[in-house]
Amino acid sequence: MSGAREDILAAIRRAEVAPDGDPAGRLANPQPNLVPARGQGLPAELLARFIAEAEAAKASIARLSGRNEIPAAAEAYLAANSQPFEIKAAPGLANVPWTKQSLLTVNFGRAEGSDHVGISEAFAGIAETGTLMVLSGPDNPASVNFLPDTHLLVLDASRIVGAYEDGWALLRREHGKTGFMPRMVNWITGPSRSADIELILLLGVHGPRRLHILLIDG
Amino acid sequence: MEPTSHKFTQNARRAIGDDRLQAALANFTTTFPKKRLDVISRLPEFDDLRDEGVAIKKHVHANLDFYLERFEARVIEQGGTVHWCRDAQEARETIFGLCRAAGAKTVTKSKSMIGEEIAINEHLEAGGIEAVETDLGEYIIQIRGESPSHILVPAIHLTGEDIADTFKEKHTQLPADRDLGEPDAILREARAVLREKFLAADVGLSGANMLIAETGSVVVVTNEGNADLVMNLPKTHIVLASIEKVMPTLEDAATILRLLARSATGQDITAYTTFATGPARRGETDGPQDFHVVLLDNGRTEMLAGEFKDMLRCIRCGACLNHCPVYASVGGHAYGWVYSGPMGKVLTPNILGAHKAADLPNASTFCGKCEEICPMRIPLPRMMRHWRERQFVSGKGAAAKGKSGLKLWAWLAKRPPLYRLAASAAAGFLRILGRGKGRIGRLPVAEGRTFQALYRENGSKEQ
Ligand code: SF4
Repeated sequence: MSGAREDILAAIRRAEVAPDGDPAGRLANPQPNLVPARGQGLPAELLARFIAEAEAAKASIARLSGRNEIPAAAEAYLAANSQPFEIKAAPGLANVPWTKQSLLTVNFGRAEGSDHVGISEAFAGIAETGTLMVLSGPDNPASVNFLPDTHLLVLDASRIVGAYEDGWALLRREHGKTGFMPRMVNWITGPSRSADIELILLLGVHGPRRLHILLIDG
Repeated sequence: MEPTSHKFTQNARRAIGDDRLQAALANFTTTFPKKRLDVISRLPEFDDLRDEGVAIKKHVHANLDFYLERFEARVIEQGGTVHWCRDAQEARETIFGLCRAAGAKTVTKSKSMIGEEIAINEHLEAGGIEAVETDLGEYIIQIRGESPSHILVPAIHLTGEDIADTFKEKHTQLPADRDLGEPDAILREARAVLREKFLAADVGLSGANMLIAETGSVVVVTNEGNADLVMNLPKTHIVLASIEKVMPTLEDAATILRLLARSATGQDITAYTTFATGPARRGETDGPQDFHVVLLDNGRTEMLAGEFKDMLRCIRCGACLNHCPVYASVGGHAYGWVYSGPMGKVLTPNILGAHKAADLPNASTFCGKCEEICPMRIPLPRMMRHWRERQFVSGKGAAAKGKSGLKLWAWLAKRPPLYRLAASAAAGFLRILGRGKGRIGRLPVAEGRTFQALYRENGSKEQ
């Protein structure tokens, strides 16, 4: 296929589209475009909007006052939804005091096809659409977000931002100006769904049927 | 699939006689536009965002070579590989070669219109590699041996009963007397059957909604989460994308994403938006070892150089299908190829050549609705007229012959969806006609005529 690259680039240059802007500058210094009002506001407004939007997308939310409450909240949710007490947890959550809840069996690592419940941690919450921004990595394997039928997602309320652009800004600030992208950034808004059969909304096609957010206030 | 776009008139006539199809179309062409209006009413900046989206795309087209080269450099830095392909044949061979090299027996796919465009499934299957569609709708039509009737909801032409029958026929490993009466039972079965494929696949083949030059990322949106399994589980991930999908920055992608789902399904955003960047990192326990991006031209550079450049702004949202009175009457299959509705009428002749799509540009009422709702403000009616003019010049197609088009429109005019839309269509018509004198009552019938015929008719009688 040698030559295809050069041929395509040459054809683009031959098209002679009128010049527009400064592409190198745009990449060197990425700027937000218009950010809608629903992606802006004071922290309390953003928290309320995040919760309302996430629930509208059919996620459920439990408010916790600290990370040590995660095991009890997980157990309560699984019991209420008749789900097994076996959890595949992202290794980054190993420091949670799991043994406090003796009914739970918790294993750490990536998810397998046989896992029914997974728990991982969000990097940020985006208020404008109730979206969770989740990063992959050794501590937070992406498969945990997608293979289990029930997905629990831990989010620190202090990490709720207004707009998608604020999520990118946070990522650049904390992970460096270049090479900051993890292998996967997943924006997750509610559980998996499809309307492919007669436009009837069905949950849990390939990803989780339930998305439960453990929101840590504090 | 063998394109039948040149037989639009025959295809359409068959579709109009299909009552079940008509019921499905009626359901869906009312549901989606309503949902779209609902979500847009909660985003007052929507029209300003459209302007920004258009500006970003224009900027990309002026710097397409630069952004593609930067994208490529970023992918290579992350340990991935980029393959440039001039046409469908090159792309098919490249993907097949990569699958072979990976020792692939099974390839799982997430929905890719480009994959449909180059008929990759047929090519892989011919070479002995099983290609499994994992989007629920795509999977259903794949096992039925059909092509998508809509770019977003590919199986929209089928009822739950049709799908249950298909599953009973194809999933012979399951008990024949199982109950598939409820849509949820169909869904559970599809999940279980496809879960095995996901876990067994050696290669995941995905499309891309966007490519990010800044980071070398690939953006994929789904509601099902199937693309995430395609991109996470197999050892090799191949991305198939056409060159115009490249965007400058993550911020630019955010702007487009605010337009995409709202225009498409009337959601604020889809359940999953994924930015995938290169192969698995050190220490990661999941993710592919090999990451490939196949960049396809297949007619795009030619469009960039000519009068169809604006069509390259298309983000495949499907809104122009959902709002088109012709699509609402005949459905996607009548268009005879993978792209249907107004966007298909413009794209198909560009990709396949005008001779293979002779009837298509005429299949329009020129009501202007598609341009009005297109998030990227693509002048679709103007582009359809481009093709018609070209056909007049070359003396081919229904526009030149006149006849078959007229008969078709007489058919269409009798269909309820057209009547329902007549009021909104009328506005566009009257604007174009200018001298139409507001005789809206005549319009549903008047849509039976080609634009030129109608114009002449009104002009001669009423001046
Ligand atoms: S032409 Fe416009 S409305 Fe139609 S699919 Fe493309 S972006 Fe959407």
